[in-house]
Amino acid sequence: MDVVYRRESLDGLDVAQASPPPGVFPYTRGLRADGYRGKLWTMRQFAGFGTPQDTNRRYRALLAAGGTGLSVAFDLPTLMGRDPDHPLALGEVGKCGVSVMSLADMEALFDGIDLGTVSTSMTINSPAPMLLAMYLVVAERQGVPWTALRGTIQNDILKEFIAQKEFIYPPRPSMRLVTDIVAFCTGAVPKWNTISVSGYHIREAGATAAQELAFTLRDGIEYVQHAVDAGLEVDRFAPRLSFFFNAHNDLLEEVAKYRAARRIWAHVMRDRFAARDPRSWQLRFHAQTAGVSLTAQQPWNNMVRTAVQALAAVLGGAQSLHTNALDEALALPTEEAALLALRTQQILAHETGVTEVVDPLGGSYCIERLTNDLELEARRHFDVIDAMGGMVEAIEAGYPQREIADSAYRDQQAVEARERTIVGVNAFYDRAHEPVRTLYIDEAAEQTQRAGLDRLRREREGARVEAALEALKTAANGPENTMPRLLEAVRAYATVGEMCDALRQVWGEYQEVPII
Amino acid sequence: MDSRIRVVIAKPGLDGHDRGAKVIARALRDAGMEVIYTGLRQTPEQIVTAALQEDADVIGLSILSGAHMHICPRIMELLREQHLDDVLVVIGGIIPDADVPRLNALGITGVFQPGTPMQEIVEFIRTHVAAKVE
Repeated sequence: MDVVYRRESLDGLDVAQASPPPGVFPYTRGLRADGYRGKLWTMRQFAGFGTPQDTNRRYRALLAAGGTGLSVAFDLPTLMGRDPDHPLALGEVGKCGVSVMSLADMEALFDGIDLGTVSTSMTINSPAPMLLAMYLVVAERQGVPWTALRGTIQNDILKEFIAQKEFIYPPRPSMRLVTDIVAFCTGAVPKWNTISVSGYHIREAGATAAQELAFTLRDGIEYVQHAVDAGLEVDRFAPRLSFFFNAHNDLLEEVAKYRAARRIWAHVMRDRFAARDPRSWQLRFHAQTAGVSLTAQQPWNNMVRTAVQALAAVLGGAQSLHTNALDEALALPTEEAALLALRTQQILAHETGVTEVVDPLGGSYCIERLTNDLELEARRHFDVIDAMGGMVEAIEAGYPQREIADSAYRDQQAVEARERTIVGVNAFYDRAHEPVRTLYIDEAAEQTQRAGLDRLRREREGARVEAALEALKTAANGPENTMPRLLEAVRAYATVGEMCDALRQVWGEYQEVPII
Repeated sequence: MDSRIRVVIAKPGLDGHDRGAKVIARALRDAGMEVIYTGLRQTPEQIVTAALQEDADVIGLSILSGAHMHICPRIMELLREQHLDDVLVVIGGIIPDADVPRLNALGITGVFQPGTPMQEIVEFIRTHVAAKVE
């Protein structure tokens, strides 16, 4: 980064063309001419722990406190398609998110919450089709037509292979499930965002901003290509693709990253995929402040980090935002910490004035130069991955994983060499260890869920479940979209574990070759 | 005769967040140790088997999911059953302060919470493996 940027720093870049007014292709400065004056970002706090009843209470508290959208965090057994009584689920039920085993749990999760008026994002990937099917049936039972449903399903399996590692099946059948959701929702749930193409996790795993940008957008390209290859018309599904970026410490770089993302995607969709609907060109994104930047030491500092990171996301034009709680290096957030995180957004929105101007940093020599540099670096990564045959091939060759492992190691070395300062960790430490009250999730949730599972298996119609699982396997073995079969299985109260196991029988499980 | 310290780095349970485990594995390797990374989603049985097969001096566990008080007792029990009591067990990840003494009581003295420098872990292993050899 230069000390100061001047007109000369732009190196002849035509800013008027590269960054035209907001609302004008390629949307570098934003999607809407009126920015946040026209539509404020959604304050969508990620939450989930324990039983569905526990989490339902937290959702109601967040909505009552002014949260404007819901975001579901599932526990590891749910994320990995395992029931609470699976040996690998021991000690994990309800610890990192809410345990949702079946339709009954999804109903309890949204008890008293009108799916017709609230939009919900679900962070779920390998078993995304199963959980989406549950949500759709809950809506049905609430009398809400699927055409009215608004929300997002993360459904981004490529970043699992690259970074978060919550994969079940091998890459190719996994991509098929992603496309099944895209195809199904395009017709039946038209206001639903079918993928949240994510960079957050890629960044958390150690990627740089440029790598986050490059791998996320290249994943997006892969999804578009797969959907097109499956026979879907690009303008029918592309408007409902969405993105999810990290909001990290380096504010200037982050703002440039979001601007570069919009610019690159607009060109990709119009020029590479010949999309004609402007909504296909417009990159909408959710942002989350960087979990990896939070420290266990001096946890109150994290409130400040989160506020600055949230500001970056807002200056970058995020459509939706989650702010971390100050205690999240230690545990899942307490209600107090979660509400304070929400208040951070409300203060930014209503007290700082930054929402009054669209892309306020746009036009600065620094931001335009950084935007351009990030765009160029991302395109270099595209070329490498295209030369490998695509992102699936690049993953099989270990390319993004190796890039990230290298960046992560370099970063840790920089911290320990004090080239990178972390206040409270490698500088400005306290001798005393400061206790902060944290959320402790005990084993009660696991016991409750296991008992619920026994009850479910006794009370439901076993034969109906078996038939539905067989039909699911048949669909998986052929070209038929799995969603209708999953809906049948869900209505029969098949569990997440059972549905995922049925597909394990068809596709097997993926074992990654670890790259250190 | 290869006298390098042999370390099995393991990710038990369902959690797939492996940034820390991989960074530590690399740091230990750079420090001259022989590192075997088990990969993700290992059961306690698989981890202990790997330690046995690899003739490990050290098992390094990475747990961020909160399941450590289920996984660790089981691993320590299996190590005893296999007469692998001499293996040094260390753990890193998200470990609440309240659980540190509980882990110590199980025989896990190396508990590395967030922010621990790589070098500290390297030194701990070198010191404690040397002590066991003596």
